[in-house]
Amino acid sequence: MAGNTEPLSPRAKLAVTAGKAAAAVSRAAGRGSGSVIGGRVALKLDPDLLARLAGHLDVVLVSATNGKTTTTRLIAEALRASGPVVSNALGANMPAGITSALAGGSDAKYGVIEVDEKYLAGVARDVTPKAIALLNLSRDQLDRAAETRMLAEKWREGLAGSKALIVANADDPLIVWAASSSANVVWVAAGQEWKDDAWSCPSCGGVMQRPGDDWFCAECGFRRPTPSWALSGDHVLDPHGSAWPIKLQLPGRANKANATTSAAVAAAFGVPPQVALERMFSVQAVAGRYDVVTFQQRELRLLLAKNPAGWLETFSLIDPPPTPVIMSVNARGADGTDTSWLWDVDYTRLAGHPIFVLGDRKLDLAVRLEVAGLDFQVCESLDEAVQLAPPGRIEVIANYTAFQDLRRRVGN
Amino acid sequence: MSDNSLRLVWIYPDLLSTYGDQGNALVVERRARQRGLDVQRVDVRSDQQIPTSGDIYLIGGGEDRPQRLASERLIRDGGLSRAVSNGAIVFSVCAGYQILGHEFINDLGERQQGLGLLDVVSTRGEGERCVGDVLADIDPQLGLPPLTGFENHQGVTHLGATARPFAKVRFGKGNGVGDGYEGAYNDTVFGTYMHGPVMARNPHIADLLIKLALDVNALPPVDDRWYEALRQERIAAATQPA
Repeated sequence: MAGNTEPLSPRAKLAVTAGKAAAAVSRAAGRGSGSVIGGRVALKLDPDLLARLAGHLDVVLVSATNGKTTTTRLIAEALRASGPVVSNALGANMPAGITSALAGGSDAKYGVIEVDEKYLAGVARDVTPKAIALLNLSRDQLDRAAETRMLAEKWREGLAGSKALIVANADDPLIVWAASSSANVVWVAAGQEWKDDAWSCPSCGGVMQRPGDDWFCAECGFRRPTPSWALSGDHVLDPHGSAWPIKLQLPGRANKANATTSAAVAAAFGVPPQVALERMFSVQAVAGRYDVVTFQQRELRLLLAKNPAGWLETFSLIDPPPTPVIMSVNARGADGTDTSWLWDVDYTRLAGHPIFVLGDRKLDLAVRLEVAGLDFQVCESLDEAVQLAPPGRIEVIANYTAFQDLRRRVGN
Repeated sequence: MSDNSLRLVWIYPDLLSTYGDQGNALVVERRARQRGLDVQRVDVRSDQQIPTSGDIYLIGGGEDRPQRLASERLIRDGGLSRAVSNGAIVFSVCAGYQILGHEFINDLGERQQGLGLLDVVSTRGEGERCVGDVLADIDPQLGLPPLTGFENHQGVTHLGATARPFAKVRFGKGNGVGDGYEGAYNDTVFGTYMHGPVMARNPHIADLLIKLALDVNALPPVDDRWYEALRQERIAAATQPA
């Protein structure tokens, strides 16, 4: 699948240059990487720029509620075995950020692009991807996001005519519903711990039956497709039945699932599972997530969890008690301003851990933990929490803006 | 009910548990246990029969399609209406509140019949969706401190003659009719638009339901320190301009 070598038009070139200039100004002004503002300027000058930039690349899109940044990174590493890759590695996943990332990769063969869930159908139309990886869909930021099933429905409509190979999680009924309008799907048994957004059949509304790992609707017959790839313990099973060991620096079951999907995507571009998985080992931390940092002579592992499904996967990867756990929760615009979701998270799983609570919405979390019958301490700052924490590496779990605050505080 | 037990029924978590609604069940359960009650919590999925012997029934919020399905299945089941005629207490939130009324607008844009356990009718608001922190004064007859919650709804609910307004809004939208009312109730059935979840921010409502179920006037005090701290913070937030 070779890239298109037709050069960019003068207008597109001008747009790229103007975008880069705006990004440089933004960086100089200390306002972050500038990738979003750069992309905005460029798209304004040439609205078709995203399509034009992508025309030179074999594009892979990655979307999900959770794990899209990490999976984008894993796929990018795997595909580098076959050629240069351009990617929005820092998670700027709306059209402006994507445009900016692609503009920086004129010599690339592949574009591996994380896409915000709400923009997937549109971006998929614009960039004519070769493959689209769909990982999971669950409740997230309900005060401002689309309803979860509606999102699946939009994907289903948007992907119906796509020629892309869809690599989709067979264990998430909403993903299967979204993907099964496509002609060309590779099903991956990637698992899903969180099940509370898929108890009713996305097709007919019947109650979903879930014996073991299987699922089906008894009313309309919508059911789990037979996967050709699977995560099995610490191994990827490929369509030929071969088992390939997963060795990652990234922790947790969810990242093994991400690696499995990534291996299936890489195989579609001719990169064998063994090569793909070996390359994935090099990924250590993704935009600061999973990073172990030293702060006040203590080791802290920084974990991002944005919604109930994410918290559930995070609880399954932290070190056992008596490892101290610091949790920080905000409810700013990017987090969603409704904190009700805290009550969907099963905090009783933290029993036995010394618990420290901070963030803008520490009191919501305090009530949640009180009702769960857990002991905890409410702190004003990370510094205070770290000073109070008993010895040992500290697990620090935070939602989106709280995570950014923590990274700033520890200088990461 | 027997002396020391409380049967708490949470209706249709598979359909109506989108906004942390489990929280209301957890708070009622916790506060009842802290008073030494033996709590049996029954979570009833929408393909199961609703028991008619519960003391307190909780029904939560959800998206438009699950709301339609829940209403259809509740009417077909009939158990909740029988429980109410036996004197059970029902507390409902948002989509669940609308279902307990005479009718609401479903995901297909049609008027759909509800259970008629509350004398209210819900329509779809024309204006912007109501989203944000709310502060309201609960009907003085109920003797409760101010109501704090988070609302997120497009629906507008009109009260009929036998439904009393649950609260009068100071900040926020509530029922959205323009009369400043929030929620509705009669002797045993309550409805509100408040998420948060509402019991986490207003534990006195959980206590009210327990008192009604036990038919007592007072409960032993429990440690409300964190609830109170959260209430003060959210009440202050509701009164600040966004």
